[in-house]
Amino acid sequence: MSEIVSGFEYLIDNFDEFLTLLQQHIALVLVSELAAIAVAIPASILAVRNARARRVVLGVGNVAQTIPTLAIIALVFPLIGIGFWPSVIGLWAYAILPIITNTISGIENVSDDTVEAARGMGMTDWEVLRKIQVPLALPVIFAGIRTSIVLNVGTAYLAFFIGGGGLGLWVVGGIQLYNMPQVLAGAIPGALLAIGADLVFARIQRRLGGESDVNNPTAGAA
Amino acid sequence: MTSPTPVPGQLASYWEFILENFSQLVVATLEHAEIITISIALAVPIGVGLGVLITFDERLATVVIWLAGVMMTIPSIAMFGLLIPFVGIGAEPVIVALVLYSQLPVIRNTYVGLTDIDPAALEAGRAMGMTRVQLLRKVQIPKALPVIMAGVRNSVVILIGIAAIGAFIGAGGLGTFIFDGIARANVPMIVVATIILSVLALAFDYAFKVSEQVFRLKNGEQIEPSRLTRLIQRVRA
Amino acid sequence: MITFENVTKQYEDGTVAIEEISFTVERGTTTVLVGPSGCGKTTTMKLVNRLEDPTEGTVYRDGDPISEFDPIELRRETGYVIQEIGLFDHMTVADNIATVPRLNDWDEADIDARVDELLELMDLPPETYREQYPTELSGGQRQRVGVARAFASDPDVILMDEPFGALDPITRENLQNEFLDIQSKLDTTILFVTHSIDEALKMGDRIAIFDVGEIVQYDTPQAILNDPKTAFVEDFIGSDRPLKKLKVTNVKDVMSPTTDGFATTSGANSAAEMVQSDGGESVTPLTPTDTALSALSRLVESDHGRLPVVDDDRVVGTVSDEDLRQCNRGVQQ
Repeated sequence: MSEIVSGFEYLIDNFDEFLTLLQQHIALVLVSELAAIAVAIPASILAVRNARARRVVLGVGNVAQTIPTLAIIALVFPLIGIGFWPSVIGLWAYAILPIITNTISGIENVSDDTVEAARGMGMTDWEVLRKIQVPLALPVIFAGIRTSIVLNVGTAYLAFFIGGGGLGLWVVGGIQLYNMPQVLAGAIPGALLAIGADLVFARIQRRLGGESDVNNPTAGAA
Repeated sequence: MTSPTPVPGQLASYWEFILENFSQLVVATLEHAEIITISIALAVPIGVGLGVLITFDERLATVVIWLAGVMMTIPSIAMFGLLIPFVGIGAEPVIVALVLYSQLPVIRNTYVGLTDIDPAALEAGRAMGMTRVQLLRKVQIPKALPVIMAGVRNSVVILIGIAAIGAFIGAGGLGTFIFDGIARANVPMIVVATIILSVLALAFDYAFKVSEQVFRLKNGEQIEPSRLTRLIQRVRA
Repeated sequence: MITFENVTKQYEDGTVAIEEISFTVERGTTTVLVGPSGCGKTTTMKLVNRLEDPTEGTVYRDGDPISEFDPIELRRETGYVIQEIGLFDHMTVADNIATVPRLNDWDEADIDARVDELLELMDLPPETYREQYPTELSGGQRQRVGVARAFASDPDVILMDEPFGALDPITRENLQNEFLDIQSKLDTTILFVTHSIDEALKMGDRIAIFDVGEIVQYDTPQAILNDPKTAFVEDFIGSDRPLKKLKVTNVKDVMSPTTDGFATTSGANSAAEMVQSDGGESVTPLTPTDTALSALSRLVESDHGRLPVVDDDRVVGTVSDEDLRQCNRGVQQ
């Protein structure tokens, strides 16, 4: 317990620096996440409407999902460079995947009967997508964004290694110097940030009519 | 600062790196696999045990699964930071963290696998005179095995990535090369280690996928088996 | 033999499912529990294999109170078929049927033989169906496997809860007929739950009619049709009671002994050609085991006022609409 208290003291003593790091951290997450959403959802819709695009997107997505986050961050360095924007690109690349897989499965899991009923009423494919499939898939899409953003908060710690800044500075620096109060002052807020983001998105997801977490097994049949 | 770019012309430097560090790369890969194996060997009994336990109490299930979910949201670097004051540095805190991270997929898939069962099949089993343990052993567990396997598979893939980050606190493994590579701006080092790491993840993923499929086929489920699964089926038959 | 003695079942939430029920099921007979949903018929059935235990009163099996039996042992000696079937989808058909014999540690060779025997009995050729999984079967085939599984260890008592309820009418009719046929060859005591009075009249040696938690009438199908004890029973049977009565009555029980000039001809190729009236006209005859309802149907479409009944190539009697009306005398007030 005394460690946690000393971590808290360190945070108070260096509050200005903490705010700067937190800002950097949140900026990394928000920019990369918004960019990921902007790319992932149109890509998913394209994939749902085109069988070949679907195969490519899901194939690449499934393989990419198994590639470790550190690997992606580390590869950004030789490929793009270091700093804030290269870090954002690394985080973005990793944040896209959960959103794509969820959006595709959300849209495809809308029952065929519902889609057929909508078609029977004279809706075009585009109208079916916009008025029926996407609204019904919204909870699942949000679940994907939730997974993505929580992972992103964690991966953003690694951005420090390629000069992206963020809370990683304190944790990584603290570990190197064996300065435990500094490590905790960097680790605990990030953990709370991730948990907080998870809770907020869980609430949104539930309000949209999503299922509870308890009965949602992690997939693996693909 | 501009960064070096790997172009085909530099391919020779990759070969050179691999040849020079071959034995160290093998050792690092084995270390990595060892950490994963130890963690999974510890994590699966705990997770499956908890998953079975919470089938007896719905409220407990909600709490345990929620806690495991919270655990998983904690960033890995932060988790290591939180563990160091208590477990120190090296492989131990990494293994502890990996066991904690693997709980959600294993517990939840065990729970769902055991409870997501046709209630009529359970009633029929009970009415035929199966004891609680026989129901678990003959009906619920065989039915749940592929789902549990999918959870373990999911865990393993996550763990391989997190274990790489664990190199930063001295756990060893392939992450060591990646961190060293970043520090020394040694591109071949980063790229080679990253590729081995990704291949390791894909290999574990594939192995668990095959075992999941074997269990599914054994339960008579209609799936499209992968090539290796088909081969295994043929050898068994 | 199963005996219920003043049995009451109240659930933990306070609902009383059944109250003070007493009745006896004779060995080797089929007793149907019938009534609207929520009347307590399923609860009554579940008391027999101790899936539920009574709050008050006693259930006896062959004279011994079942509270003295171990529930696990009891269930292994009691077959169980439900509407949802509850097949184990991860096991083959053969493994499903072998469940109870395996629990009872039968010899594997005996189990194999028994599985084949039951599949034959259920009209599912073993060589085709043994190794199939339940998900590959149609609804009717699945329920056949469900019935075979219940018969597997040759239990003295079989409990069936709306076993044919989810099937299409044709499959249901077929399975009912096959089941009656199987039952007539075995000495099994069957407790059969349904909400359909037609099924009850068809399947039951005796019928217990339930109304919210109590048995309002327990009798043979004929007796229930002849003499419904309460307005509820009368209502439950419906306005076509005379027709139902004809459906459960055989031609041999209503026919007149007079042959009325009908005679069999020699050298006939088919039943239709076999009988001729004194006018020399061919008449398709009835058999003694046809239902009186089919006799009525035939009378309505025929030009004759009487139809001949043939047994062993011999005209043994005739049926007229007057005979059918006689049969229903007890029914119409």
